[in-house]
Amino acid sequence: MTTSRTRFTAPQRLLHWLMAICVLSMLFIGVGMVSTVASKYLTLVQIHKSLGIGILLLALIRLALRICYGAPALPADISEPMKLGAYLSQYAFYALMIGMPLLGWGMMSAAAYPIVIFGVLHLPPILPVSAKLHTLLWRAHFYLAFVFFALILLHVAAILFHKLVRRDGVFETMAPEIRRAKPEPK
Amino acid sequence: MAQSPPPPRGFPLGSLAIIAAVVAVAATAFAYTAGWLSPHRLTPKKLVASLAPAEGPALGHRRNHTKGICFSGTFDANGNGSALSKAQVFIRGQYPVIGRFNLASPNLNAVDAMVRVRGLGIQITQSDHQEWRSAMIDAPIFPVSTPQGFYELQMASGSKDPDAMKKFIGAHQEFLSFLGWAKSAPWTGSYAEQRYNSLDSFVFTDQSGAKHSIRWSLVPAAQTVPISPDELTKRGPDFLEKEITERVAAAPQRWSLVVTVANPGDPTADPNKAWPADRQTVEVGTLTVQQIEAEQDGPCRDINFDPTVLPNGIGTSDDPFPAVRSAAYSRSFNSRTAEESHYPRTTTGGKQ
Repeated sequence: MTTSRTRFTAPQRLLHWLMAICVLSMLFIGVGMVSTVASKYLTLVQIHKSLGIGILLLALIRLALRICYGAPALPADISEPMKLGAYLSQYAFYALMIGMPLLGWGMMSAAAYPIVIFGVLHLPPILPVSAKLHTLLWRAHFYLAFVFFALILLHVAAILFHKLVRRDGVFETMAPEIRRAKPEPK
Repeated sequence: MAQSPPPPRGFPLGSLAIIAAVVAVAATAFAYTAGWLSPHRLTPKKLVASLAPAEGPALGHRRNHTKGICFSGTFDANGNGSALSKAQVFIRGQYPVIGRFNLASPNLNAVDAMVRVRGLGIQITQSDHQEWRSAMIDAPIFPVSTPQGFYELQMASGSKDPDAMKKFIGAHQEFLSFLGWAKSAPWTGSYAEQRYNSLDSFVFTDQSGAKHSIRWSLVPAAQTVPISPDELTKRGPDFLEKEITERVAAAPQRWSLVVTVANPGDPTADPNKAWPADRQTVEVGTLTVQQIEAEQDGPCRDINFDPTVLPNGIGTSDDPFPAVRSAAYSRSFNSRTAEESHYPRTTTGGKQ
């Protein structure tokens, strides 16, 4: 679904940048915590769980906004393969932003761990205790984290390509609102 | 964005270099965080691998304290603990328990009479579903003072260098006090006759918000009967599991849960240092073990006795070990649950 707007709406842009920070922090905390035995391990795990649920909620809000407001059209001269890549990457981002927290929650449930976020809030298990389920979900959570990071690198490279090489306005659709000295070019 | 792209101005080398640099910096930072650029970092993977016996780990089983047996029972709180912690588990009442008696050895086929340290894992569930998990051992102090020391102990004891242990002890004098206990403490013929200690310190928070540094122990009601290791050897390699099964079938076995409160200045960060014997102790309730079940299909099988799974009112202290144990137990849990085919259940459908 696209719209005649040339930019994403302000709430969409705000959520994009807020979630960019959250998701990047999440991925770094994730790979960091599983590779340390230092005391910060416990703090990192706590943040990881709480932030994960936070991202899930934000992603659902963002999906709703996206369905309501749509997205600006891509420039007409973009090649079909690039267009396809852009659409697929957006689906992948939504699937990962919503799927990764659910996989995490599910694997904790299957492992019979109590799920406590923000230090006090107990979430119910969403799956029965099962070694098989835990293994499946844990592996998915683990490997998809690297897929997620690779996708972000690709996204950053692509958007910089739009900004620096093609200069086609795609970056500006999501850019923060900077006070404009001159009106939009016609 | 209606403007048409500017005409191509030759190969945009500078821009592409910027893009490549941004991606490379981000990827490097990620690799660094993941520890891929720091081969000397003590990771859970390295620590757990250091525990493995020479022939490799017992697939499908816990990576340490590998041989064990499940129990279920209750914890009856007497209400005394509420003065120290607001945790529901200390409010007078009965709470369900699942636990596991075990030997502190990574060897699945360890001979009971050869393993000096015995352990007990426990999970007490509050009515609000918060849990208190703990893994304790019968030694009164931990062998080493620091996680790095623990790793070095594993490396030294698995080393082919005949002087490895000597060198280790040279660098970790605190190990001598553990050895002193190991050489002199009496052996017993039953899991039921052992006292199990948290060793690590934790922090209780009471209703007023005041914090208390504490450790806890399960003190057996059964009388301790010292038996020589030679005598125990004659009882067969698995006498502990047979004995506890028969004993509990005949009568429930009890332990009193005793909390020891530190004085200001007591070493809370070093489980190798016992607190002076005159410290305040509070008996907070009774553990009753009512049923023994083999681990293979038993209720403790899928539980990770992670000592940082704690209800509100109990928290970790400046003791670095619970975090290390949590990280390592998680690694062990992920490995063993993925190897279920090496340790198949005999009944279909998991417990719980």
